Amino acid sequence: MEVILAIVIGALYAAGLYMMMRRSFVKLVIGLSLLGYASSLLIFTVNGVTRGQPPLVQEGMTQPVEPFADPLPQALILTAIVIGFGVQAFALVLFKRTYQSANTDDLDGIKSTEESGKVRSPEMT
Amino acid sequence: MSIFLLLPVLVPFLTAVVTMLFWHERLIQRRVNVVGGIAFFVAALGLLALVWRDGIQATQIGNWPAPFGITLVADLFSAIMVVMAGLMGLVVAVYSLGSIDERREAFGYYPLLHTLLMGVSGAFLTGDMFNLYVWFEVMLIASFVLMALGGQRDQLEGALKYVTINLLSSALFLTSVGILYSVTGTLNMADLAHQISSGAVDSGLATVLAMMFLVAFGIKAGLFPLFFWLPASYHTPPIAITALFSGLLTKVGVYALVRVFTLIFVQDVDYTHTLLMVIAGLTMVTGVLGAVAQTEVRRLLSFHIISQIGYLLMGLGLFTELALTGVIVFMVHVIIAKSALFLVSGIVRQVAGSYDLKQLGGLYRTNAGLAALFFLPALALAGLPPFSGFWAKLTLVRAGLETEEYAIVAVSLVVSVLTLFSMTKIWAEAFWKDRPGQDEAFQPLLSPQRIALLGPVIVLAALTVILGLGAEPLIDLGTEAAAQLLNPSEYIQAVLGDVA
Repeated sequence: MEVILAIVIGALYAAGLYMMMRRSFVKLVIGLSLLGYASSLLIFTVNGVTRGQPPLVQEGMTQPVEPFADPLPQALILTAIVIGFGVQAFALVLFKRTYQSANTDDLDGIKSTEESGKVRSPEMT
Repeated sequence: MSIFLLLPVLVPFLTAVVTMLFWHERLIQRRVNVVGGIAFFVAALGLLALVWRDGIQATQIGNWPAPFGITLVADLFSAIMVVMAGLMGLVVAVYSLGSIDERREAFGYYPLLHTLLMGVSGAFLTGDMFNLYVWFEVMLIASFVLMALGGQRDQLEGALKYVTINLLSSALFLTSVGILYSVTGTLNMADLAHQISSGAVDSGLATVLAMMFLVAFGIKAGLFPLFFWLPASYHTPPIAITALFSGLLTKVGVYALVRVFTLIFVQDVDYTHTLLMVIAGLTMVTGVLGAVAQTEVRRLLSFHIISQIGYLLMGLGLFTELALTGVIVFMVHVIIAKSALFLVSGIVRQVAGSYDLKQLGGLYRTNAGLAALFFLPALALAGLPPFSGFWAKLTLVRAGLETEEYAIVAVSLVVSVLTLFSMTKIWAEAFWKDRPGQDEAFQPLLSPQRIALLGPVIVLAALTVILGLGAEPLIDLGTEAAAQLLNPSEYIQAVLGDVA
């Protein structure tokens, strides 16, 4: 199980980075979410996959029977997913707005911040 | 249990909530914003006073005992950083009153500003690695929106780059946190320090983790060669936001680096801290050389942010008490001087209508006061006596000489000269030379705007002089804080109680 997950994680990181290096906005967003999934899955796997052993305390005992699944990584992943969800929603809107104002979805086409002297002052409006 | 530890997080939170409740009432938002800024600064000063008097403070949220619950902890370094966040928050809150347009105010500028401050002070105060990640995200999400707020093309393009690189860095940070937990079984910083120093973790593995954190925090701090997003995005939002970002966001990255490389990853100082020093040198040089080619004031100053980050890292790399004192003094100095320069350039923009050095000129003749307000922090940034930067650089250089790291000392001195050159360039172009195209007159500042814009800048410029002429209290404070950083047992004991 761990081996399969490890391969999946590696593939997710590779795919995420590959997508980020393409020039399209959409692929960039997909790449970012793949990276997020990869790190969540990595936290899950690297902390040990324990099957069928929930961390529940049996009646009459003070702690769960070893070995039990560590609940903390799952709590971390849950938090990371929620944060990632919000950030990706924002990123999608931002990328759409950028596409509309720059009129291109090619990352090489958004150079106005690099050209000295052409940057307008935000205070002008 | 101390309420003072929570106030620097709670006050900006409450301010953000209250300003959000008055969404359509701009005037109330503006007032609450200033009151909240003052309250945050006072709360931060209170925390610093408490830590100075009683030593390191720690509190367990929800009374879950460490290392299981989330810990908030303030040593002197954290407390100093929170005070700087408070100062920057107040200064920018006031400056915003005179410089942020109505449309941005109507779309939640003030709630976002205070949410950002909450994230920053949370990051300074937390004693838990995963909680640090969460505070980073709070801060980043607020900064994403602040950068894009207004929706102009440059802003959106800058924000796109900024968001992308920061999400990449967050993913890397999260990955490192996950692996760190699997290796040590804990995320509490004090417990991590205890585990790694007691040799429970293979030191090679710890070094690998240290490098992962170095890249993750290095992107946020703007280290060589990970800084390219910074000059591509920082100059696009309104100047008040740029000043706040330059003052606080990269510094949070540096804070995280200092924290992990003094508390946790000290298992192989020869390797890790030498690497830090090499990166420090390269960061200084590339930053200052990048600035030489710029003629847009905000972009020029953005490149200087990078070179100044190099000095902070240099002190961390030297890793002696004197060097860490230098880091803290330099941190205080550079936050003040840098944001003062950005805010002054905002006023120049108001008066003369441009950020471009080629179009500026002649300001000294008509606005001598403004010229002086630029001159003081500019000289401080270059490190001339008697300003604050002189003592900060002197401390770092002395620390370098004491440890016989002559190469980094030489680099830092050369970069100082180049910084001075850059500052003289702005001075000569914007203030001294004759104005090209004399026809249009300078716009005078209107009186309510005048106070909001000039007040914060005068305070910051005065601070660079005061901290230069009376540097001793700050250096004493820095020495004490550095001693705490170099002696983690005090920190560990404050969080975990007595451990073997």
